[in-house]
Amino acid sequence: MRMKYLALAAAVAAASVAVSPARSAEPKHGGILRIFHRETPPSLSIHEEATFSVNVPAMGIFNNLIIYDQHKPQASLDTIEPELATSWSWSKDNLNLTFKLRSGVKWHDGQPFTAKDVKCTFDLLQGKAQDKFRKNPRKDWYANLNEVTVNGDDEVTFHLKRPQPSFLAMLASGYTPIYSCHVPAAQMRTNPIGTGPFKFVEMKQNESIKLVKNPDYWKKGLPYLDGIEYTIIKNRATAVLAFVAGKVDVTFPTEMTAALEADIKKQDPTAVCELKPINVSTNLIINRDDPPFNNPELRQAMALSLDRKAFIDIILQGQGDIGGSLLPPPEGVWGLPPDQLKTLPGYGDVNKDREEARKIMAKLGYSASNPLKIKVATRNLATYRDPAAVLIDQLKSIYIDAELDPVESSSWFAKVARKDYQVGLNLTGNGIDDPDQAFYENYACNSERNYTHYCNRDLEKLFDEQSAETDVAKRKKMVWEIDKKIQQDVARPILFHARTGTCWKPYVKNLTIMSNNAYNGYRFEDLWLDR
Amino acid sequence: MGSYLVRRFFLMLLTLFGISVLIFTMLRVVPGNIADILFDAAGMIDVSEKAKLEHDLGLDKPIAVQYVQWIDGLAHGDLGYSYVSEKPALQEILPRIPITAKLAVLALLFAIVFGVPLGVISAVRQNSALDYVLRVVSLSGLSMPAFWLGLLILMAFVRYFGTIPIYTDPPKDFWSALWLFSIPAAAVGFRSSALIMRLTRSSMLEVLRQDYIRTARAKGASDRNVNYHHALRNAVLPVVTVIGIEAAFLMGGLIVTETVFNIPGIARFLVEAIRWRDYPIVQNLVMFIAFVAVAINFLIDVLYAVLDPRIKYA
Repeated sequence: MRMKYLALAAAVAAASVAVSPARSAEPKHGGILRIFHRETPPSLSIHEEATFSVNVPAMGIFNNLIIYDQHKPQASLDTIEPELATSWSWSKDNLNLTFKLRSGVKWHDGQPFTAKDVKCTFDLLQGKAQDKFRKNPRKDWYANLNEVTVNGDDEVTFHLKRPQPSFLAMLASGYTPIYSCHVPAAQMRTNPIGTGPFKFVEMKQNESIKLVKNPDYWKKGLPYLDGIEYTIIKNRATAVLAFVAGKVDVTFPTEMTAALEADIKKQDPTAVCELKPINVSTNLIINRDDPPFNNPELRQAMALSLDRKAFIDIILQGQGDIGGSLLPPPEGVWGLPPDQLKTLPGYGDVNKDREEARKIMAKLGYSASNPLKIKVATRNLATYRDPAAVLIDQLKSIYIDAELDPVESSSWFAKVARKDYQVGLNLTGNGIDDPDQAFYENYACNSERNYTHYCNRDLEKLFDEQSAETDVAKRKKMVWEIDKKIQQDVARPILFHARTGTCWKPYVKNLTIMSNNAYNGYRFEDLWLDR
Repeated sequence: MGSYLVRRFFLMLLTLFGISVLIFTMLRVVPGNIADILFDAAGMIDVSEKAKLEHDLGLDKPIAVQYVQWIDGLAHGDLGYSYVSEKPALQEILPRIPITAKLAVLALLFAIVFGVPLGVISAVRQNSALDYVLRVVSLSGLSMPAFWLGLLILMAFVRYFGTIPIYTDPPKDFWSALWLFSIPAAAVGFRSSALIMRLTRSSMLEVLRQDYIRTARAKGASDRNVNYHHALRNAVLPVVTVIGIEAAFLMGGLIVTETVFNIPGIARFLVEAIRWRDYPIVQNLVMFIAFVAVAINFLIDVLYAVLDPRIKYA
């Protein structure tokens, strides 16, 4: 009889365990999500900044017209969803993009959201408004935008100079929130007002950023959280210990290295951790106008000297990807597939490539006893210095005797912009996984961020052609050809695409870390805490 | 004494003036300004936008004009605006001073409470087992980097207590503040106490060999009376000097401890401000730290006369 009861009790216990996941799958309201932040952001005005140190805490304050599905790790044109817009349509000539807007949406200060706010935002971005941004790092994204017109309070049309399907990708980025007409740009830096799920409470330098639930959020029932607190912990070791001790629920997104992630898992086996690409490439920049680097053969030899796998093994404990200028598949949508990469100079057999490089160098008059002496400039930060040291070591294999030239962080971009370097190592982050953003920003002749001043007018025509192509499969092939040409021209040899990690406690539910960008997945409106 | 104090006061003003010129010039000699940093963070250089920002912040004016404007503002209690937060500099600096002050005072207390008595014990028990142990402890205090010690403490807390004593929110009452600050204070005070202990020991050893100590013992004074009344009072002068130097150091030199324990005090804030070339914050904060250092030095000089009546300031 006793055995029967025991068996029954065991069955009940087993059944309760079996149903508990289903119970916990029901979202719970309440709680403050605690995340550590790696630094005090320069401001909370997303439009004025170019670091996800801003996007992470500020995305929850705002809404876009459209947004990448926050729970699909691979953001693409197919994962775009309406947000402040309810629908969108292209004109037949693909030059006009019209959005129907959601009605009844209110700003955090109670003012109604209208089509005029959309126009104000893009006028600001294009420098057409009377009010001005202090800086406007993504104005090039909207170079193809002629104007925005308002059709009543609930409709807005974007008039493009030429068809550009990727325009939607830029609008869906975390970098493209809608600002209001009635709040000055300067105020958005210190006291932002949005329509998003969370209201800004305060930002204290070196201390914290606090957001509170927007009770009037237009998505009924959301957000689940009562608020989000970002505690600024600059020291990474302290931050990791704070996470392990339970002082924070989530590490700063994509901030953990493979080694740190392993350390966290060892100290807290319940932690959920993911290592993913963040669409930031580490690349070699060569001053093409500075002799002897104006010789394409020398640049070719340098490209052939690279052992990309060694970079990934040494710097990232194997957690990185080899690719071209766009993030490689499977996480990347547009990157060159491995079989095509192998055909490019410097991507094949390292020993053979280096042999070929040495022959070129010998032809140019260099040898082991007469090496080419150069300086490799890089930003004086560990993420730049470490791969630069590996690069210097690899260049030795082709008779290049390089010396590290660490440059004060504040002078780095000014230095490369005025071409005051021979060879350098740089990091390039892509806000979205999209060819338009990558090509125009980094390889167009007149782009501010084309640090090597690579200029190929024929290729620029191809940039425009792929940009206007609406057939994705056809466009992808065009993009691959362009990327191959960029690599063959040694425009900016890509050394690797890094993978970085995020960890969170198991009670944090509905958190999705995107796998092909680090800037677009922090709305957190349906994230909840199961505790 | 009165004329000495007046002279010292004017010397203090002169020192502060010198520091103000030095910090102002050095800040502008260092490559890059806030506009460079802001645009650098965005990975772009837009010459016209950058020039506009420099103009808006008055960075395009001659350095001498900028200096006069700063000193004039300082004299009128206007410290300017932080370039980063765009809030009044005073509003940014003021709340951080008590945080660092609490940490510094606790650390100094820790250093004195442990450093002086243990230094005396080490001296009077010279070459005993206890002396050797204390010397090893003090040497380890001097040689262990505060960063490493701080992290060790944090790791131990996480490992054995499942919590971490770092600053995430302002403490709600006196006891939680005491708990929050006492651990980092002990971490930083360990080094200071080691320094004070070693100095007390060597100073005591020198005094204990003096004739008047032998006389005191011959007259039948107790060990306690000899050590603490006759010897320590004379041995303490160099220790007081070091305590003064440590106090001044602790107000501005807690960067490592503040970083490891995530304390939002002035040292960490200053380093951040330097990184951003946030001139109004850096200039005013350095002036404040300099003022504290100069004032403490002045107080120490006055204290000499109180501790040793033989010292007269004519």
